[in-house]
Amino acid sequence: MKKDLSPDLTIHTDLARRILTGFLRTEITRTGLTRAVLGLSGGVDSALSCFLAAEALGPQNVLAIRMPYKTSSQESLDHAQLVINATGVQSLTIEITPMVEPLFQLYPEISDLRKGNIMARQRMIILYDQSAVFNGLVVGTGNKTEILLGYTTLYGDSACALNPIGDLYKTQVRQLSRALGVPEQIVSKAPTADLWAGQTDEGELGFTYAEVDKLLYLLVDQRYTPQECVQAGFDEPFVKAVVERIRRNQFKRILPPIAKLSNRTVGYDFLYLRDWGT
Amino acid sequence: MIKLALAQINTRLGDVEANLEKHLALVEQAHAGGADLLVFPELSLTGYVLQDLAPMVSHHPNDDDPVFRPLLQASQKLDLMVGFVEEDTRNRFFISAAYLSRGQVLHVHRKVYLPTYGLFDEGRFFAWGDSVQAFDTRFGRVGMLICEDFWHASPPYLLWLDGADIFLLHSASPGRGLGADDQLETARWVDHINRAYASLFTSFVIHTNRVGYEDGLHFWGSAAVYDPNGEVLGRGPYDEEALTFVEIDLNQLHRTRARLPLLRDERTALVQREMSRILAGRGSASGR
Repeated sequence: MKKDLSPDLTIHTDLARRILTGFLRTEITRTGLTRAVLGLSGGVDSALSCFLAAEALGPQNVLAIRMPYKTSSQESLDHAQLVINATGVQSLTIEITPMVEPLFQLYPEISDLRKGNIMARQRMIILYDQSAVFNGLVVGTGNKTEILLGYTTLYGDSACALNPIGDLYKTQVRQLSRALGVPEQIVSKAPTADLWAGQTDEGELGFTYAEVDKLLYLLVDQRYTPQECVQAGFDEPFVKAVVERIRRNQFKRILPPIAKLSNRTVGYDFLYLRDWGT
Repeated sequence: MIKLALAQINTRLGDVEANLEKHLALVEQAHAGGADLLVFPELSLTGYVLQDLAPMVSHHPNDDDPVFRPLLQASQKLDLMVGFVEEDTRNRFFISAAYLSRGQVLHVHRKVYLPTYGLFDEGRFFAWGDSVQAFDTRFGRVGMLICEDFWHASPPYLLWLDGADIFLLHSASPGRGLGADDQLETARWVDHINRAYASLFTSFVIHTNRVGYEDGLHFWGSAAVYDPNGEVLGRGPYDEEALTFVEIDLNQLHRTRARLPLLRDERTALVQREMSRILAGRGSASGR
């Protein structure tokens, strides 16, 4: 029997905005800090995080950093500048080329994947270093789709102190971004990691965000079985590939397991929230 | 008439001293506003996701306790319902609510349903309460329940049969279920069931829920009072600390129950007979 499942991922954007700005304000100020640092790529995810942080903390308390590599597109830099102008946040541009090139040159055969990971981790180093200078926390820019699919570099773009948008699917990130006034050319362009020319997320992943967001919503949020999704008309190899991606990337979503020896071990039976005492 | 004050507060996680100070400040504020009864949220003295902090923030609801002594003194001014971690004489830890009036502890309710599923892990850290009882106050007979207690229909039903006309419910409800609606699913659900209890039990339902964040969890507030017709008499804002004053007219019980004698007609003997049959049968569908 074919069942019609057409999930509606629409969110109430005013409600999301209130909860997420409250989250940033509360969870940053309770650490004793008042400021935030984030990497601005020119894409919609970091644009949304930047808009939320500017609203939560005041633009003067947000430092947005552009970190281009020599092959990064001019469009990415320009779009990041649009976000800086629209929000009024403080900004820096730090080119990573002279930092990562020496490492690339040690390995003439280095793959694009390795280069991409090195660039993502170099940007992490800059963000955390600038967070010490600016006295702010690093705000994350990863969305729920990429977290579930593991489409992220561990200790690279996924590294942050807190993440306001990690429970929003890409489609919802776009909806909320429009509501907050993120410039339309940023919201509607094809998402890309911009690690090499012509790269797009959807090209690399092999499916569109609109498609995979619906499937993830059914599998994860609504707890449908993969079989039910296939029966509802999703392509079986696509469903299988997505289920496998979710499973295979669990390691990116947890802290590294510690081998248990004692009666009380961090991660297993030493349990406190980060907000402990605040 | 009773003047209620609903304190939808934020708390400091594991910092009882700071939370106590906030309680005492709100007592002054509620008293200045002419309140007779001030209701705080679940675990209002400790914060919610305590995990391994639970044994470090526990207290005894009596005059010898450094936290309850000032609260009992404050209860000379107006009645109080507070949330705390209770350690019993055999060192079990409960999520409890205490009702304080004129220097006395009138009742302590220990949470009987500890959610241990989804994002919840209460059963891992706390002992299960084992009693649901109404008690007498200067305003009439009252019953207290804590959050998950009233996601089950039986605790409010038992309080009703035990004579409660005023249901004091409190929560630390982590908001979840963002969709197209202007409320989270949790907020909508709690509003539905509280309105339903007020209507079905032709009683007053008073609900206070905390606000603030703990790590990524967000508590949505919106304390509310429902009259015996299921009408909302007053409501606090979403997501902000607030002290909401609401007056209730206890004679509404008379008017509603004259029109709608659900309590008079409730067939408790039938309930008992059928419960005995169902629980005696091997085919009992569920439950412990």
